[in-house]
Amino acid sequence: MPELFVELFSEEIPARMQARAAEDLRRLLTEALAALSPEDVRTFHGPRRIALVAQVAGAVAAAATVERGPRLSAPEQALAGFLRKHGATRDDLRPDGDYWMLERISEAQPAASVIAAAMPPLLRQFPWPKSMRWGGTSDFTWVRPLRRIVCLLDGTVVPFALRDGDDDGHGLASGNLTEGHRFHAPGAFAVESCADWQAKLRTRYVVVDAGHRSEAIENDLGPLSDRHGVVWVPDAGLLDEVTGLVEWPVVRMGRIDAAYMDLPPEVMQVSMRVNQRYFAFREPQGGAAPWFAFVANIEPEDGGATMIAGNERVLRARFADARYFWDLDRSARLESRVPALDSVTFHARIGTQGARVVRLRRLAARIAPMVGADPALAERAALLCKADLTTGMVGEFPELQGVMGRYYALHDGEAPEVADAVRDHYAPKGPNEAPPAAPVSIAAALADKLDLLAGFFAIGERPTGSGDPYALRRAALGVIRIVRENGLRLSLDALIEAAAEGQPAPVPAADLRDFIVERLRVQMRAEGARHDVLAAIFKAAPDGDIVRLLARTDAVTAFLGTQDGRDLLAGHRRAANILRIEGRKDGPFEGAVEAGLLTEPAERVLAEVLAEIGPAALDLLAREDFAGAMAVLARLRAPLDAFFDQVTVNIGDNAALRRNRLFLLNGVRSTMDRIADFSQIEG
Amino acid sequence: MPDTAQAAENPLSFQDLILTLHRYWAAQGCVILQPYDMEMGAGTFHPATTLRALGPKPWRAAYVQPSRRPSDGRYGENPNRLQHYYQYQVIMKPSPADAQDLLLGSYAAMGLDPLRHDFRFVEDDWESPTLGAWGLGWEVWCDGMEVGQFTYFQQVGGIPVVLPSFEMTYGLERLAMYVQDVENVYDLDFNGAGTSYGDVFLRAEREYSAHNFEHADTAMLTRHFEDAERECAGLLGHGLALPAYDQCIKASHLFNLLDARGVISVAERAAYIARVRTLAKGCAEAWVAGEAG
Repeated sequence: MPELFVELFSEEIPARMQARAAEDLRRLLTEALAALSPEDVRTFHGPRRIALVAQVAGAVAAAATVERGPRLSAPEQALAGFLRKHGATRDDLRPDGDYWMLERISEAQPAASVIAAAMPPLLRQFPWPKSMRWGGTSDFTWVRPLRRIVCLLDGTVVPFALRDGDDDGHGLASGNLTEGHRFHAPGAFAVESCADWQAKLRTRYVVVDAGHRSEAIENDLGPLSDRHGVVWVPDAGLLDEVTGLVEWPVVRMGRIDAAYMDLPPEVMQVSMRVNQRYFAFREPQGGAAPWFAFVANIEPEDGGATMIAGNERVLRARFADARYFWDLDRSARLESRVPALDSVTFHARIGTQGARVVRLRRLAARIAPMVGADPALAERAALLCKADLTTGMVGEFPELQGVMGRYYALHDGEAPEVADAVRDHYAPKGPNEAPPAAPVSIAAALADKLDLLAGFFAIGERPTGSGDPYALRRAALGVIRIVRENGLRLSLDALIEAAAEGQPAPVPAADLRDFIVERLRVQMRAEGARHDVLAAIFKAAPDGDIVRLLARTDAVTAFLGTQDGRDLLAGHRRAANILRIEGRKDGPFEGAVEAGLLTEPAERVLAEVLAEIGPAALDLLAREDFAGAMAVLARLRAPLDAFFDQVTVNIGDNAALRRNRLFLLNGVRSTMDRIADFSQIEG
Repeated sequence: MPDTAQAAENPLSFQDLILTLHRYWAAQGCVILQPYDMEMGAGTFHPATTLRALGPKPWRAAYVQPSRRPSDGRYGENPNRLQHYYQYQVIMKPSPADAQDLLLGSYAAMGLDPLRHDFRFVEDDWESPTLGAWGLGWEVWCDGMEVGQFTYFQQVGGIPVVLPSFEMTYGLERLAMYVQDVENVYDLDFNGAGTSYGDVFLRAEREYSAHNFEHADTAMLTRHFEDAERECAGLLGHGLALPAYDQCIKASHLFNLLDARGVISVAERAAYIARVRTLAKGCAEAWVAGEAG
C-alpha cells in the first residue's frame, strides 16, 4: 500500500493544544479517507508541526450505483428536479416498473485525487480551540499562521491549494518542502517520505516524536541531578508541557541563590514551575535543594554558560520580588489586615469579605462543638482566614491564598491549629486534595463552604446545567467529603440553619439541603455505588445526617444483593402494582387489617409477621441498627411469596374480604417504605 | 548580524537600545513616531496602534510610549517595578509572513545571539477589556525571561479587523537590564556617559507613587472621568474620532488612578471598564467610518 505523509508546519502551536491537534488530524483524516482504508496511522506533534503517516489503498475501486427516481407518471418538474440534483440527463434514466431508475457508474478514483479533494475542507474546518486570521484578507484560519503543507503519496506531491474563490488561502499549496530548527538549520528542504522527513529533521536539530523528546529530557535529568548530588522531583505535567515547547531539548541546571532558600517552598514552587517551567530538586535527605533545571531549545555554542546565567538571573529577580512581598507582608500582623476586608467586595449582592468574616466567625464557633473543636480557636481561624487576601504576595500569586495566611499566622505566633485552619479552610479544592482532618480546620472549612452556599442560594444564584461560576457544586461536594471522610455525625439542617443567619436574604434551606444531597448522589454514581438506593432512602426519610444516610444506604444495598432482598423487592413491586390498579377503582386502602376477615392461612401468616416486624424494624431503625432492620424485614419475604401464590386479592363476590386484603398489602408496602421508597430502586 | 560577542562586552546604553530599535524598524518600512502626548497604560493605546489597526489601509509604525501603571509604583524601592516605564511598540498591518524572523532580527541587533541565548515563543493570548480588543500570540522568552509580547490582532474596539496586524511590545527597561546585566533598574546606564536611569527617574518614581497612592484627589478624578466620558460622547456626535479617542484615553488613565487609590470596589471596577470600553467602541466605529469615506 502507498504511504501517505502529511505535515502541517506553522508558527509556534501552544503546548497544551499539540497532542489534541494530532489526535484530531488522525480522526478527521481517517474519516475523510475512509474509502482508501487507511492503516497503521501514526501522528507526530511538536511546537511547529503536526504530522501524520498512514498506509492507504492506491485507489477507490469502480462501482455501480442505482438510484430510484420519480414515478413514470410524475410531473415533468419533478423529473427535472431529480436530474438536476444528481447532475444527470434524461439519457441516464431507464424505466423499471412504475419508476425511473438512474444508473451510474463511478469510475475508479486514484488515491491522490481522493486525498487532494479531502484535504482543503479538512484544513478549513480543523477544530482548534481558538484560531486566528493573519496576513492579507484570507478567511482561512489556523491556531497560529500556517506556513507550509507537505502532502506526499509514495514520495509524490498530492497537489491541492487552499485558494477558495476570491479567497487566496494565504497562497498556501501542498508541496514537499519543510523547515528544520529555527536557529540551527534555517531554510527549506525537500522530503520524500515519512522516514526521510524524520531522518533529515534529526540532522537539522528537530526531534519530531514528542515521546522521544520527553524521554531525552528524563534521560538527561537523572545524570545531571546525580552529578550535583541531588534528587529530581518528578513532575509529569511539567514534563509534558516543556516537551511541547522545544524541538531540540537541551537540559541544563542552574543554582538557586542561597539568600532565597528560606522562602516558603510553595512560593518557590509557584515561581519555578508556573512562571518559569523549571524542574525542582531535593536533597537526598528530603529538603529543597538549591538547584533547578530548565529545558532549552538550542545546542548552545558556549556550552550553556550564557543561558544558565540568564535563567539564574530571571529566577533571582522573581525571588527578589517574592522576598519583597514576604518581608513586607510580615511587617504587619495578619489580624491588623482584617478591617481592610470591609472594602474588598466578595459579590455585589452578598457584600464584602469583611461581612463574610463576621458570619464565618459565628458559624465556625457554632460548628466547633459538633466536630470536637475548641470554639475559640475555630472563631479565631475564621477571623484570620481571609486576611491574606490583602497581602502583597497573594495579590501577586492568587493561587497562594490560604498557604500564605498560614505562614503569616505562624509568624504572628497564632496557635498552630489556627494557622493550619487558615490554610485548610479552602480544602478540599479538588478531587485530588484530601479534606481537612483536624477539628479546627474542619470547623473553618465547613463554615466557609456553607456560608458560600447559603449566600448564593439566598440571592437566587444557583448552578445551571451549563454553568457554575461560583463553584457551588464543588463547595457542596466539599461539605460532603469533609463529613463523610471524617465520619462526622451532624445534621445538614442544623448547619444550614446556622449558615442562614446574617445572609442578605432568606435562605431556601430545604432546597439547599436537597442540592447537597443531590451532589452526594452524583458522587455515588461516579463511584459506581447505588445512587438510586440513596435517592430512595432520602425520599422515604429526608435526613441531613450524611453518615447515617450512607449507613442506611449500605444496609439496603447489601440486602438487595441477597436472594431475600431481590425477592422482597419483586414482592413490593407486585403489591404496588395491585394497589395502583385497584386504587383507581376505590383506593386508597389505608386502614387496619381486621383479623376476622382473614380467611386463608397464607394471609393470616403474613398479617401476623407484619404486625410483629413493623414495630421491630422501626425500633432498630431508631437505634441505627440498619443491618438488623434489614434482617427483620427479610422475614417478610416467605409469607409475602406464599400470599401471592395462594391468595386471590380481587375476589369479585366478597367486597369486604377484598378490601381487607388490600389493607394488608398496603401495610406491607408502607412498612417497607419507611426504610426506603422501594419504587425508586432500579434493577 | 552584528558582532554579538563584541556587543556583549560593550552593551548598549538605554538610549542606544532605543536608537537601535528605531533604526532597525525604520529599515522595515515603519514610520518612526514620537510618544503620544497623553498619559496611557500601554503603547497599544496610542491611536497609531488602536485606531490604525482598523480599516483597510496598510500601516507600519514604531514608537516609544511612556506607559503609566499607577498601581505598580513602589516609591523607587523595588528594583523591578515602576509606575512609569517605556514600552517600544511596533505595528505592521497586514502582518508580514516573516514577522517572527523580523522580530528575532531585532534582538540580534541588540546583541542577543540566538545560538547562545534560548529564544522561545510561549503561548500568551492578549486581551484588553477596556479597549474591547483581543489577539493571539506569544510571550517571547530569552533564557526564561519575557522580553516581549507578540500579538496578531483579531479585534479592536469590538470590531473584527479587516487586515490582521502584527503587534510587538518590548518592555524597554527590562530588556535593557538584561542586555546590560544589571539587577536594579535604577542602575541602568542611560546614555553611556555616566547618567543612570535613577538619575533621570528615581525622584519621579517617589513623587508619583505618593501621588498615585496617597494624594490624588479622588473626588476630582471621579469628576474628570465623567467630564471625559461626556466630552467623548459629544465629539463622537460630530464624527471626530481622534479628539474623541483622546477623551477615551483620558478616561482610562483616570480610572487607573482611581483604582490605585483603592476607591473602586470589585463590582464597580467591572462597570468602569465597561464604560471605557463603550467609549473605545464608539471611537473605533467613528474611525472606521472616516477611513471608508
